[in-house]
Order: sequence, then C-alpha cells, then structure tokens
Amino acid sequence: MLGEYLPLFFLGVIVFGLIAVMLFLVRLLQPKRRSETDLEPYESGTTPTSFARTRFSVKFFIIAIIFIIFDIEVVFMYPWAVVFKELLNIGTFIFIEMLTFLGILVVGLIYVWKMGALEWD
Amino acid sequence: MLTDIAIIITKIMIVIGGTFTAVAYLILAERKVAGFVQERYGPNRVGIWGLLQPIADGVKTMLKEDITPAKANRIIYHLAPAMVLAPALVTFAVVPFGSGIDAFGRHIAFQIADINIGILFIFAITSIGVYGVVLGGWSSNNKYSLLGGVRSSAQMISYELALGLSVVGILLLTGSLRLNDIVEAQIGMWNVFRQPVAFMIFLVAVFAETNRLPFDLAESEQELIAGYHIEYSGFKYSMFMLGEYSNIITASALIVTLFFGGWTVPFIDVTKLGHLGAFLSVVSFAVKTGFFLFLYLWVRWTLPRFRYDQLMHLGWKILLPLALLNLLFTAAWITYV
Amino acid sequence: MPDLKTEEMVVQMGPQHPATHGVLRLEITTDGEIVKKIDPHIGYLHRCFEKHCEVLNYHQIIPFVDRCDYLAAMNNEHGYVMAVEKLLDIELPPRVEYIRVIMSELNRIASHLVALGTFGLDIGAITPFLFTFRDREKILDLFEMTSGARLLYNYIWIGGVAFDLPNGFVEKCFEFIDYFLPKLKEYDDLLSYNKIFIARTAKVAIIPPAVAIEWGITGPNLRASGVDWDLRRDEPYSIYDKFDWDVIVADGRVGVLGDSWSRYYVRVLEMEQSANIVKQALEGLPSDENVKSAVPRKVKTKEGSVFFRSENPRGELGFYIISDGSDIPHRLKMRSPAFCNLSAISDIGEGLLISDLVALLGSIDIVLGEIDR
Repeated sequence: MLGEYLPLFFLGVIVFGLIAVMLFLVRLLQPKRRSETDLEPYESGTTPTSFARTRFSVKFFIIAIIFIIFDIEVVFMYPWAVVFKELLNIGTFIFIEMLTFLGILVVGLIYVWKMGALEWD
Repeated sequence: MLTDIAIIITKIMIVIGGTFTAVAYLILAERKVAGFVQERYGPNRVGIWGLLQPIADGVKTMLKEDITPAKANRIIYHLAPAMVLAPALVTFAVVPFGSGIDAFGRHIAFQIADINIGILFIFAITSIGVYGVVLGGWSSNNKYSLLGGVRSSAQMISYELALGLSVVGILLLTGSLRLNDIVEAQIGMWNVFRQPVAFMIFLVAVFAETNRLPFDLAESEQELIAGYHIEYSGFKYSMFMLGEYSNIITASALIVTLFFGGWTVPFIDVTKLGHLGAFLSVVSFAVKTGFFLFLYLWVRWTLPRFRYDQLMHLGWKILLPLALLNLLFTAAWITYV
Repeated sequence: MPDLKTEEMVVQMGPQHPATHGVLRLEITTDGEIVKKIDPHIGYLHRCFEKHCEVLNYHQIIPFVDRCDYLAAMNNEHGYVMAVEKLLDIELPPRVEYIRVIMSELNRIASHLVALGTFGLDIGAITPFLFTFRDREKILDLFEMTSGARLLYNYIWIGGVAFDLPNGFVEKCFEFIDYFLPKLKEYDDLLSYNKIFIARTAKVAIIPPAVAIEWGITGPNLRASGVDWDLRRDEPYSIYDKFDWDVIVADGRVGVLGDSWSRYYVRVLEMEQSANIVKQALEGLPSDENVKSAVPRKVKTKEGSVFFRSENPRGELGFYIISDGSDIPHRLKMRSPAFCNLSAISDIGEGLLISDLVALLGSIDIVLGEIDR
C-alpha cells in the first residue's frame, strides 16, 4: 500500500533538495551592491506613502465562505462517482441518493444567487 | 529492491530533467509563437534560431541581484517562490506519459507514482501553488503585489468548483481516480466525445488555474505592473516563472490524459507492440500535449484579459451550473440508458 | 468582538506605470479594488513650452510645437501655422493646402493607430498593438520620404511646407491607402468585436454628453459621447470643405453612448474617413507649384491677438497668440485637448474598479507631452 507512495516521497525529497541547492548557488553567485533605495517597495517610482499591510477590504468575502461549503460538497461527490457503476448493480438507489444531495446543493446555490451573495458590494 | 529504487530515481530524474528542459524551451516557444503571431522574428540572436536563448536566460537570472524589500516578511517572502515551484514539479508525478515497457524482469510504467487517488492528488497539490502566489504577494509589503495576491485568491474561488465538478463526469464513466485507468478506459473512444461539455469547462478552468491570459489577473501587467511577483528579482523571480510554465505543461498533460486518451494511439493497440509500442505511446502523448501547449500560447497572444469580477461571474453563474447539469445528465445517462 | 473596520489604501499609479502612457501620476484612494478618489498629478514632462515661445521667433516655434503632441506632430504644426497665418493674413498656394491636409490626415491615422494599439494593450490584448504599429510604420515611411524625419517633422512652415512632395510619393500613398483600408477589418476581427474586449470596455466608464461638454472634452472622446461636433466640418479651415467625408458619431452599438468601447470605435471609423480624405486630396492634388512661394522671410506681424483652433486627433487644439508687432510672440497660449480630456478623469473615475480605470485612461488617449507642455 505505502509502496505506491514511495516514489512520491523520493520525488518530494529530490525537488526540495534541488530547490535548496539552486537557491544556495544563487546566493553564492549573485552580486551584492545594495543601497537604501533598492530595498524600498516599488510603487510606480514614487516613495511609498504608507505601509502596504493595511486592513484590506476584500469584496468577495461572502463568496469565499460559500466557496468553502461548496468545495467540501464537491469532495463528497468523488467517492460517490468512483463507486457509482458498482453500486448501480444493486439498484438505482445510489442515483436517487445523489440526486437528493445535488438537489439540496442546487437549492443552496439558487438561494445564494437570489440573495445577491454572488454580486459585489 | 535496489533495482526498484534505482528505477524510481531514474524515472524521477527523467521527469524533472524533462520538465526543466520543456519549460526552458516552452518559454522560447512562447516568444517564437509571439513573434509568429505578431509578424516579427522573436529571439534569434543566441544560437541558431535562438535555440540557446533559454540557457542564456537561465544564466542571466542566476547572476542577478536578489533583493528582499526592507519591510518584507522575510521567511514567507523566501518561501513563496518555492511554494509555487515545488508543487508544480511534483504534480506531474501521477500523470502517465507512456504505456510502459518490460525490462529487468518487471513491468516499468511510464509514470512516477501510479497511486489510486491520482486526480485528487493533482488537485490537492496544485492548490498549494495558489498559497505561494497569495503569500508572495502579501509578504512583499507592496500594494500592487498585495492586490495581485488578493486577486489570485479571488480567482481560485472562482474556477476551482467548476474544475472539480467537470472531472466527476469522467469518474462516473471510469469508476476510478487512477489516471492510468482513465487512460485505458479511453482506448477506442476519447472522453472528449463522451463528455464535451465537461471538456470545455475543464479547459476554461485550467486556463484560470495556470494564471494565463485571459485569466492572468494576479499578474495583469497593465493594471498591477507585475502583480504578486513585483518585488521578486533574479532567481526567485524565475522560480515563479518556472512554476508557471511547469504548471502549463502539467495542465496540458492533464487535459490530454483526461479527455484525449493520454498515451493511447488511435486505431493501434500499443500495449501489444512491445518497445515500439511504448515509444509510440510516448510520442502520441507528447504530440497531444504539444498541441495544448500551443493552444496556451495561441490564446495568450490573441485574447484580452477578463476583469476579476467577470471571472467570478463566469465561474459561479455559468461554469458551475453547467458543470452540475453535465454531472446530472451523465449520471442519469449511465443509470437509465 | 471589536468592530473591525477596513481601511482605504492610497496607491500611487505612476509616474512609472504601464497604463499611464507616459509619466502621469494618479494618486488613487481605493477601498478594496474600488477607486474612491483620484488625484491626477501632472508636470513630469513640463518643459516651459509657452514661456519658451516668448523668446523664439515664429518660425523657430514650429519644432517645439512638434514636441507637444509627439504622436500627431503634423496636426500640431498645421494648427500652429494656421494661427500665425491668420495673424499675418497670408494667401496660400492651393498645392500647399492639399499637402498639408494629406499630411495631417495621415498623421491622424498614425495617432489613432497608437491609441488603438495601446488601448488594446491596456485591456491585455498584446498582439493588436504590434499590428497597429506595423501599419503605422508605413505612414512614418511616407513622412520620412517627405520630411526626412519619422516622429518630429518640422515640415509644415508658415506660408508653405518645407519641401515639395518627393517623386513617387503619390503612388506610394495610394498604395498605402489600398493596403490600409482592408486592415481595418482585421482590427475588428481581432479586437473590436472580441467578446472579452466588449465585456471589458462596453458600459464601462461612461461619459454622458452633458458631462463631456462641461469638462470641455473634445475630439473623438466627445463624438463617442454622441455629440456631433467636428471642427473640420463645423468651422471649416484649410480645404476640408472641398472633400466628401462623414463626421463619425458613436451610436453605442454594443454598450451605451460614451463608454470606453465607443471611444475606441469612433477612432477606428475615423481612420477610415481620414483615409478617404487623403485619397480625395491625392486625386485633386494641383500640379507643380512652388510650395515655398508664400513663406515670409521675416515674420512681420501687426499688434493684436489671434485665436485659432483646429481638430487634432485628440480634440480641439487651440493657439492664442498675442503679438506686440515684433517677430517674437508676446504670449502664446496653447489649448491642449488631452489636458482637458484628462481633467475629467477624477470625476468619471470615481467608483470604478482599478481595471476599469485603466480602461478609462486608455480610451481617452492622452499624450503627456501635450498635457505637461
């Protein structure tokens, strides 16, 4: 079972090793002639007027939350889809079941749509 | 056991080396295609036909000064490019790029890891790349990169649902998450003919996933100058670029695997042809992937960019209902027809 | 839980920003990505043009007029020399008028091509930019043939033009017109009617006609708002009344009147009209005459003042000259169209997204050389 994942483990190690080696090499090779203005954040050529990490207004916050709910429900569909054909031999129950689940999902989608949660501002 | 490990390491080396080479020449190809589309030459000074350009570019970025802005969040700032590049390199592991050969007394699949959760693995790993973009944008302490990072997350929540749902139809048909099973199920009939709607949704979503025009909102040069990687210079910048382009390769390979029969060759059963068959299967895979790589470049030099509320509109109000309908239709078809 | 408030962020857009078409600086206050307030800061390219004119004689001013709107130098020269000619009461040989109109209209096409290309670039379409510049090169070749320069010509002089048309110019110009008119279709296919392009520009950053007039917006931007006004027709100067052409007024065919798409498309159609004018002018071009016969050796003006306005690719270009009788203007004031067009941006731009602000800025087609002077 775990044998399947062994190559992935090796791959992970190699990739991270590669990136680390490259970053180290670059550190050795790069020129160092830093000045104060080099280190300033770029703001179209002017001196930055304020710190960038302000409490930023994210207009799509509600959509982001709805997204998380929907995304989890999508994940539920994966195991269902995989076993769908096998369980179909027993009866159409699995289809009806998912129909109900999808129905609830669609009602939810229509609800948030009509409530205007998918609009901005 | 040792042979096994040696084979695994060799495969990894081939894939990583191949990816890097492909990325390098994809960048050259992009500039050449741009030249072709725009009626100019593109790079042609370094080597014949500009073929050594990628090497020159690589050396150049390696030798550039690497700047960390004064008030940047240093740890995250250094980590972000690696968070983009590493997942991009890892995702290709589960994509089968050939039928495999029999050697050393065993069957060697042309795939690093043939795991039973193939597709989920890809979705899980590619999602990490978005964190790299968002955190890179946030940690730079630059307003433009912050906006770019926020846009990137907005983009992610727009397309990911449709992306996930469009694949479910294929899973219904195949009954497995393993990519090799999906490929083998397409011998004789490609999924694109069985699931055309899913293919269109997947194509759009995957363009958004890879941050390419018309969805390169996080970068959008004319609005946010360079977006999330505005402060990155030298090699860290090229890590973002390497990540972006290896994502494109993985995405093209994934489109081919899911919808265009992967390594299968139409009308020929390559599994019965031995080494020649294995070779043919790799060529078939490479040609199909190459076509989608070209499509990426073609689209980039043709279309303008979406606004990010329009992308959200597209994702939630068009692609998502469409994907749900497609899913419902597929399930009903399987059940009653 | 404490009341968490989001803050507004001040972002400097420019002077080094790909969408500001030069060195304009917009200080924008944003809430999320919604623009709350725009403060345009100009003057990065200020070179004291008007003050400088007070120490140059009338002939010497022409190269500096070139450098104001460097994308439409011929139109600028044309406007300026007509103002001086009005002051001097010079009668021009007809061939000179024809050459001037040909040059002005060719330059209008060249200028609009830059406007279209850069606007496409602002929306994210990169290829149209290269295509428009490919065609613009051909116009610049014609200019180079005539005046020796590709950007700043110093060609139209007071009372004449610097050189007569070279041999083969007329044929080459006809060739260009025949080549160019089908290309307009290419722009339509590639950009104008692209779904994404329409989504990004139609119904975006609308300038209603009343607002446009209030702010003194002129040129294609005004006609995009549905106001039927073109100096070439309504206050005919030079020989524009001899030609058969239409003033293009937007009809808001994919969005509404005065949106970014209308501003874009008015320019596309205007190029066609300009090409027609050039064609007619070439056909009616009087045969050889001395094009410098009316050029005064020394400009002798009467005391007094004159105002003359002409239609520049960007709008109404006005010159107000006060003369004290010497060969140096006492005061020269330039009414810059791009400056007036830009001034509306803080009013129109409020409440737009940053992406739309870029579309607005790109569609009003500013040239900073003229705004800052």
